[in-house]
Amino acid sequence: MDIYLLEAVVNGLLLGGVLALLALGLNLIFGVIDVVWIAYADLVMCGMYGVYWLHAYFGWPLALACVAAIVGVALLGLLVHLLIIAPVLGSAPINQLLATGGLLYFLQSFATLLFGTDFRNIGVRLPVIELGGIFISYARLIAFAAALLGATALYLFLKRSYLGTAIRAISQDREVMGLMGVDQRRIYLITSAIGGALAGLAACLLALQYDVHPFIGNTFGPLTFMICVLGGLGNMLGGFIAAFIISQIIAIGGYYSSTELSYVLAFTLFIVLMIARPRGILAR
Amino acid sequence: MRAWHPAALVGLAALVALPFVVPVYFLHMLIQILLWGFIYTAWSLMGRFGFVSLGHGAFMGIGAYVPALLWNYEGVTPWLSIPLSMLLSALLALVIGYPCFRLKVVGHYFALVTLALGQVVMLTIVAARDITGGSLGMTQKLAGHSWYALQFPEKGYFYGVALVVWLGGLATWRWLDRGVGREALQAISEDEEAAAAVGIDVMREKLRVTVVSAVLTALGGALYVQYLMYLNPETVSGIGVSLQIVFAAIAGGMYTPLGPTVGALLTIALTEGLRVWFGISFVGAANTIYGILLVLFIIFMPRGILGLFETLRARRARAAAVAAQ
Amino acid sequence: MLSLVAVSAGYGSFRALFDVSLEVAAGEAVGVIGPNGAGKTTLMRVISGLISPRAGELTMEGRSLAGVPAHRIVERGIAHVPENRRLFPRLSVEDNLRIGSFIPAARRHFAERLAWVYELFPRLEERRGQLAGTLSGGEQQICAIGRALMSRPKLLLMDEPSAGLAPQVVEQVFDLVRRIRGEGLTVLIVEQNVQQVLDIVDRAYLLEVGSIRLAGSSAELRDNAFIRKAYMGL
Repeated sequence: MDIYLLEAVVNGLLLGGVLALLALGLNLIFGVIDVVWIAYADLVMCGMYGVYWLHAYFGWPLALACVAAIVGVALLGLLVHLLIIAPVLGSAPINQLLATGGLLYFLQSFATLLFGTDFRNIGVRLPVIELGGIFISYARLIAFAAALLGATALYLFLKRSYLGTAIRAISQDREVMGLMGVDQRRIYLITSAIGGALAGLAACLLALQYDVHPFIGNTFGPLTFMICVLGGLGNMLGGFIAAFIISQIIAIGGYYSSTELSYVLAFTLFIVLMIARPRGILAR
Repeated sequence: MRAWHPAALVGLAALVALPFVVPVYFLHMLIQILLWGFIYTAWSLMGRFGFVSLGHGAFMGIGAYVPALLWNYEGVTPWLSIPLSMLLSALLALVIGYPCFRLKVVGHYFALVTLALGQVVMLTIVAARDITGGSLGMTQKLAGHSWYALQFPEKGYFYGVALVVWLGGLATWRWLDRGVGREALQAISEDEEAAAAVGIDVMREKLRVTVVSAVLTALGGALYVQYLMYLNPETVSGIGVSLQIVFAAIAGGMYTPLGPTVGALLTIALTEGLRVWFGISFVGAANTIYGILLVLFIIFMPRGILGLFETLRARRARAAAVAAQ
Repeated sequence: MLSLVAVSAGYGSFRALFDVSLEVAAGEAVGVIGPNGAGKTTLMRVISGLISPRAGELTMEGRSLAGVPAHRIVERGIAHVPENRRLFPRLSVEDNLRIGSFIPAARRHFAERLAWVYELFPRLEERRGQLAGTLSGGEQQICAIGRALMSRPKLLLMDEPSAGLAPQVVEQVFDLVRRIRGEGLTVLIVEQNVQQVLDIVDRAYLLEVGSIRLAGSSAELRDNAFIRKAYMGL
């Protein structure tokens, strides 16, 4: 096999790790508690800017900057729920989509205002490993591992713990939760914070590999939604697998033609799948 | 046909007279308001029944790029290529709409499909950078003052085109509402199964309004770039544009025919106001405000500005009725 | 144990309950009967905190329940089995039971509580891993009751447990209610099926159009001419 094709495949696998990590938080918010944060990718963008500013500008050690970014985006998640989602929870879900659409607009423009449209890089060069002629990015390797750990941890949390079970239940019958002694508001807030934290985690790993700019959310936002739907909403394992399928389409497609066309292919696949199997490829 | 309301006639006369009295700068603003108003109106034809599309940038993109490319490379007159782009948009709307409606992909799932569609069109335009110029955009070949090329250096002519098209949009709104149209779609948006049970052809009505919306959006996109003489995939097809359309329609009020135009007034005024106030360096300020306003509107005023007036008027009427008893 | 005095409640501008007073003593089984739309479900929701009363007093063991949110009322020892079961369809039977014991007081005793519920309802144990949405109507009702019991309640509210169930299944469900009573639980049941509910309760109230029209022991009500004609078809 052509060595470059192999490299594309391998890097596709690693990109899959990054995408899987991104999809985790959204799968929790969109897939499990059935709330639409169309601005999810822009929360990640905020996290990336956070890491950039704390590390590259203020000189904080990278690890500390990452922790701060994770906490920051978790708080952002809380605010999103309190200020934007909670007032429209009772009405049609399209309102959540539109309201967070406004947030998307706001975050992107506000970032442009603050930081301009230049691409910023945090300037951390992680080593690139060479394995038999193929170059593998260390950063992507870490992202892969983090995604795997994150998915497993989230899965166990949701399946085994009281809180996790309540989180799984709330989208199925919100009103009855009160009768179980569960404070609805708390569940939504906790889940929003966890979702935000996962977005922050993804932001840290993305910041290691990509330059940040205000519109970076547009490049992987729709993709992330796609992965969640493809894998079956709320299905952590499904999302994980779907991320790899998508990343391979992008990697191999990008090898044979342009990057944009590979995305076009991926999105077209999404449209077809939403129509044909809205419950995802792993639907029971 | 109902007699025209006298206020409407006066308003119409005023609109026709405007280009002769108003300075060029305001004419520029008016043309934008009319064209964007038309586009927002086209979106609202669907949006007001709950068929929220986040991908109308797809149709705008087709409407913008197909005529421009055909003109630049083959010298085809926009009078032919614009209808062609409208046909293409109609086909796209059918291809996506039919399976979606058939398989009951509605609400926010439908919105996500349209979002992906907008991306597909935008990315295709960028991918074809050899002919479209990619993200850098392209300009149409200049032809001076020419009806054949639909290019008019003097804004007055374009104003006329924009006015006619805008009025056409309002007429289409009326047309769709007449007959079974509006009640049918209202019933469908509330309870599809019940609507089908009373004999409403759900599929046909939904497809009709979707295709009309797509076709008009394409027309709006085509005329907009003919006026600007510049195209850019982000400006006509990006998520930003699609969201802007939604915002304006909601802010102005998408349940009345003039609502979306009020939305256009709002967005244009906002952009201009910010530009005048803060200068061109304040990139992104308008959108920041749109964003906040959209959130606030969805939470507090989902029926928009005109919708608010309607509600107040209805409330006053109800109070008067109660008092009269 | 539970006491309502002159409670009124409604939805928006619609009033559903007018001046309702009733009492449930510890260890009793009390029924509330009446036609559709009488306000029976509203009554349950007021007691379990899903709706706030507009007027009147509501106390449990002497402590007022006014303004207490639903999830806190569970901590006061009141568990509500809702109309139509309202199980979480995509969670397993055991997960549904687990949610029932969410409050800290119940969580500590989850294992023994679960064992007790499984002992009462062995069929649930057989189906512990099955998705609740795939259970039969009768099994769902049992699961919903079991879920409510997981929170170690003192008072169990049951809203139309016989709804949508075949007669034999209704028998089984009511048998279970008898057994639960035998374990010392106080029960307040709202029902349309007058015959069967009068068989298992000590006292009952007749609720019509939001007001209490009659009250008495189940024997008295069974002999009451009006009830016999209007609700038992005799």
